[in-house]
Amino acid sequence: MEQPYAIEMLNITKRFPGIIANDNITLQLRKGEIHALLGENGAGKSTLMSVLFGLYQPEEGIIKKYGKQVNIKDPNDANALGIGMVHQHFKLVECFTVLDNIIMGVEPCKFGFLRKDEARKKVLELSEKYGLKVDPDALVEDITVGMQQRTEILKMLYRENEILIFDEPTAVLTPQEIDELMQIMKGLAAEGKSILFISHKLNEIMSVADRCTVLRKGKYIGTVNIADTTKEELSRMMVGRDVEFTVHKDAAKPGEPVLHVENLCVASKTHKHDAVHNVSFDVREGEIVCIAGIDGNGQTELVYGLTGLEPVKSGKVVFKDENITSAPIRRRSVMGMSHIPEDRHKHGLVLDYSLEDNLVLQRYFEPEFVNKAGFLKRGAIRQYATRLIEQFDVRSGQGSVTTARSMSGGNQQKAIIAREMDKETSLLIAVQPTRGLDVGAIEYIHKQIVAQRDKGKAVLLVSLELDEVMALSDRILVMYEGEIVGELDPKTTSVQELGLYMAGAKREEVKK
Amino acid sequence: MILLLQYTLIFASVLMLVALGGCFSEHSGIINIGLEGIMVMGALGGALTMKFLPGDTSAFMMIVLVVLASVIMGSIYSLLLAVASINFKADQTLVGSAMNLLGAAGATVFVKAMNTAECVDNVSSTIQYINAKKAFLVNIGGFEFNWFMLLALLALIFAYVTLYKTRFGLRLMACGEHPQAADSVGINVQKMRYAGVLISGALGGLGGIVYITAGVSEWKFENGVAGFGFLGLAVMIFGQWKPIKIALAALLFGMFRALSNVYGGIDFLSAMNIPAAVYNMLPYIISLIVLAFTSKKSRAPKAEGIPYDKGMR
Amino acid sequence: MNQEKVKTPLLRRSGFQSLIASLLCIIIGLLIGYIVLLIINPAGAGEAITTIIKNFFTYNKPKTQLKYLGSTLVKTAPLIMCSLSVLFAYKAGLFNIGVAGQYVVGAGASLYFALGLGMPWYVCLIAAIIAGALLGAISGLLKALCNVNEVISCIMLNWISLYLVNILLTPVKEPTSPYTFVLSSANPDAVLPSMGLDSLFNNNQYVTIAIPLSILVAVLVWVVLEKTKLGYELKATGFNKNAAKYCGMKEKKNLVLTMAISGGLAGMGAALLFLTGFEQWSCTQSAVPATGFNGISAAFLGGLNPIGAIFSSFFIQHITVGGAYVDKTMYSAQISDLISSLIIYLCGFVFFFKYALNKRLDQRDEKKAALKAADTEEGGENK
Repeated sequence: MEQPYAIEMLNITKRFPGIIANDNITLQLRKGEIHALLGENGAGKSTLMSVLFGLYQPEEGIIKKYGKQVNIKDPNDANALGIGMVHQHFKLVECFTVLDNIIMGVEPCKFGFLRKDEARKKVLELSEKYGLKVDPDALVEDITVGMQQRTEILKMLYRENEILIFDEPTAVLTPQEIDELMQIMKGLAAEGKSILFISHKLNEIMSVADRCTVLRKGKYIGTVNIADTTKEELSRMMVGRDVEFTVHKDAAKPGEPVLHVENLCVASKTHKHDAVHNVSFDVREGEIVCIAGIDGNGQTELVYGLTGLEPVKSGKVVFKDENITSAPIRRRSVMGMSHIPEDRHKHGLVLDYSLEDNLVLQRYFEPEFVNKAGFLKRGAIRQYATRLIEQFDVRSGQGSVTTARSMSGGNQQKAIIAREMDKETSLLIAVQPTRGLDVGAIEYIHKQIVAQRDKGKAVLLVSLELDEVMALSDRILVMYEGEIVGELDPKTTSVQELGLYMAGAKREEVKK
Repeated sequence: MILLLQYTLIFASVLMLVALGGCFSEHSGIINIGLEGIMVMGALGGALTMKFLPGDTSAFMMIVLVVLASVIMGSIYSLLLAVASINFKADQTLVGSAMNLLGAAGATVFVKAMNTAECVDNVSSTIQYINAKKAFLVNIGGFEFNWFMLLALLALIFAYVTLYKTRFGLRLMACGEHPQAADSVGINVQKMRYAGVLISGALGGLGGIVYITAGVSEWKFENGVAGFGFLGLAVMIFGQWKPIKIALAALLFGMFRALSNVYGGIDFLSAMNIPAAVYNMLPYIISLIVLAFTSKKSRAPKAEGIPYDKGMR
Repeated sequence: MNQEKVKTPLLRRSGFQSLIASLLCIIIGLLIGYIVLLIINPAGAGEAITTIIKNFFTYNKPKTQLKYLGSTLVKTAPLIMCSLSVLFAYKAGLFNIGVAGQYVVGAGASLYFALGLGMPWYVCLIAAIIAGALLGAISGLLKALCNVNEVISCIMLNWISLYLVNILLTPVKEPTSPYTFVLSSANPDAVLPSMGLDSLFNNNQYVTIAIPLSILVAVLVWVVLEKTKLGYELKATGFNKNAAKYCGMKEKKNLVLTMAISGGLAGMGAALLFLTGFEQWSCTQSAVPATGFNGISAAFLGGLNPIGAIFSSFFIQHITVGGAYVDKTMYSAQISDLISSLIIYLCGFVFFFKYALNKRLDQRDEKKAALKAADTEEGGENK
């Protein structure tokens, strides 16, 4: 007789105002297997897992554990049933120690007073047993992302969870760390833990999972054995059509340098040492230079320094033969520097403004849009916005007067791209321009970036996605701990080699 | 000089209680601008108890009942903040400011109504507690020890132990730093925030009664508490949201406040002939200067002021 | 592209929602006020609350009514200015609780220029604006340069300015009372001109150009916020200061500028009252005047709209003055402060109210849409 499933989610439906996030989805997890959950951004994976974890209540459908129906109202119930989760954005309190984070919620206590010694012993035992090296007394804000992830895993093990959910766990890791994580996951499965592995990366699923369930736009597409399938089939299931993995582009014809960076240092906000240390490089007309690296190795601060969002500590930034090291942001923008920011909600948009007001955010002060007395020319703004909306196919409920907040993530990003690409520009700095978007939008944005290059503009792309780096760039600069540790040619480099640089295991002296 | 010490200690006690109150609320993620109003309400509760308890109540009972009344009044009043900001996601600054105005107006209306009911000609908003106040004082060789000083010290120990040594404290601070993380391990963020605000109300209310008994034996409720709730917040920021540092900051601020009460008795100060208003301004000026130098690197709880919405992650 | 003008249903319009919310706040506020009166003394509660609401209508003769309407308007003008001050700062993301202190220094400057230096009214008015603006700018600078929370610095400055103004005005006070000289006799040039407005209100001498001036400023503030580049920048900063910085707006400069303008409005408000001679400053005052704080109520009650502020200010002032008419043997005048602070508190729920209302409307629309979809689907099948 076949053993009943460790967890079954049967016919789950979860609605949000305006959308059905999960439409009649079924997921069955066997004991001791690694089961991948595959789908694009917005396919409903996270919602489904939140239902399992008790963060959302489904409108329809039931959950069974070992064949017995269970009711999960909140994370406590999930925890009591042995379900644990490593969230995509870690749920760690940064100013607490690793130990405090692990025990939080299940603290060993006597009369309400914490008994940390007991907990520390147990944590050390667990980290020994599963090879998860962390210092329990270090503050979370001081440790690496990899260690933070291990803390999250220990959190589940400390609670003796049997069903472990990993939500996009590899996004923040180096290829080497990813391999390590895969080993850890296999080890856990061998110990009898059942693992749900959420991802949109086909290679990882092919290498680690036993079975895979695919979602698309909130709907259940199917469940397949990894041994019987191919990467191409999975991607077809995920996207609903054949996907081109490569971006078509001709060879670059680089011209004169547009941006010249020399020995740039940018101070860190959280640490004593520099976030960006002694970085030098050039970006020329008609080429896409890509900054690759794991999140948090100084890319953000480098861009802040280049665009003027943060002051630089030392070094020099020259843009079109003008020293702009300490020039105001507006000056750089007017000179022709465009910036697609990393966080579109934090920097890119005024969410409570209308779409048209957002589209002129970089140009509202030009005589085209404001008269001498300081009054805005509403008609001109409307006209301009309407043109951009049409040209870049930005979709929204009420056209140019739609509040930016009510638009979808993809269309918000398109609006930013329209704004930044349409203005007089000679350098485009794009930071993770495709983050959180679906395949269609990603393809569109990639084409736009290549088109900019082909128009002879310089492009500096910062990306965490290796596929994107390999597909788009003409040159790759790898950042590790605030320094550029290698310059690579995407045509002659392998992903593995790139990974070694990103992990700091390999470096070369870049002379410029 | 003893007088200066005495006043410093009592005003420091007030500031410490209020600042610790703010500290609990903010560690749970709720900015409590309404401490000023909470103090007024606590003071009202305590003052009424002193007024209406029979004259022969033992000193011990007097202290217990007055403290209880203030604490209860403060906590109940702080529910206004809790309900609005936790359940209804209201702007915490707006609600807090409203509570300050409401506290002073409500207390005035109440006391005036009470006074007029007793005697039609009495339209003042003053409560007297000359005799009852004596229960709190112990004279030790010229130094007037006030039991409230001990209470403030106990509150300090309580705050330190609760925040750093107990399960409750760990969970409370998690809610102020990263409520999503707290929620994901099954901590009820709303409940913890309620707890934080209520404790803040209790300590604020206690601070209120200490303030109106410090140095005077009657209080005109129309005056509120003269910005002491805000000085308490300044002390909290200066103390970087940490109990021990708050205590030290409170001592410093308490001393400047005490100067305005006792400068006449200190020879070189009275010789300088500075108008009283300058001494009155002193604590506020000092706190501005201190804030100017300490706010740049301040480490407020990360999630404070942001309503927690389960759906948004 | 031809933009189709979609008509928004009345209930969906933000302005209409604000109006309903404000009316609800007023009704609930008055209701609670009434309950408080009932608790204090059930006998006169009904009469007292009607007194508060009626204010000058308690007088029988229309001429007297007109005169006291004039008095209410005289005190409304400074309140309009204070609420404009609060809402202007709030639009740029700042909570200017220092409006009270800026009002105080405005009063101090205008009276000192009028009584101490014998200047004409327009100089005094400008002095008040500058004084308020400077005080506001201090809070702005402290926030921009030292990251000091503006609420706390403002409160400290409120107290500091109160004591400073008490010191400043002591030389120009009556020898026997704490009040400053009567303006009309000490320096008639400093009294705001009435331009014949006084005759409209049964020769209420305190009715001056202050009233039309404050309404004019409200319109001006609206124009600046909605139509100009400066308004675009300030609101962008208020909604998202990171985005404002990202697109090159000088957020620190704007922050200081906002606080200065906001403070200037409050300072001007004080001049608009004290330069009518309606009130004198008491140099032993131990609390900042309530007008500033009432400005917060008026700003939020007016839905943070400059034009709305005109009406909400009048309402708040109306009940505040009305409070003075209640039977003092039973109730105190502060009952109006109680009601207006309750109204501010209730304004905190407006956001939630709008959210809940929109959610209800969404659900209703969705149901309708679903029904419609089902209908058309069936229709399609029938074919």
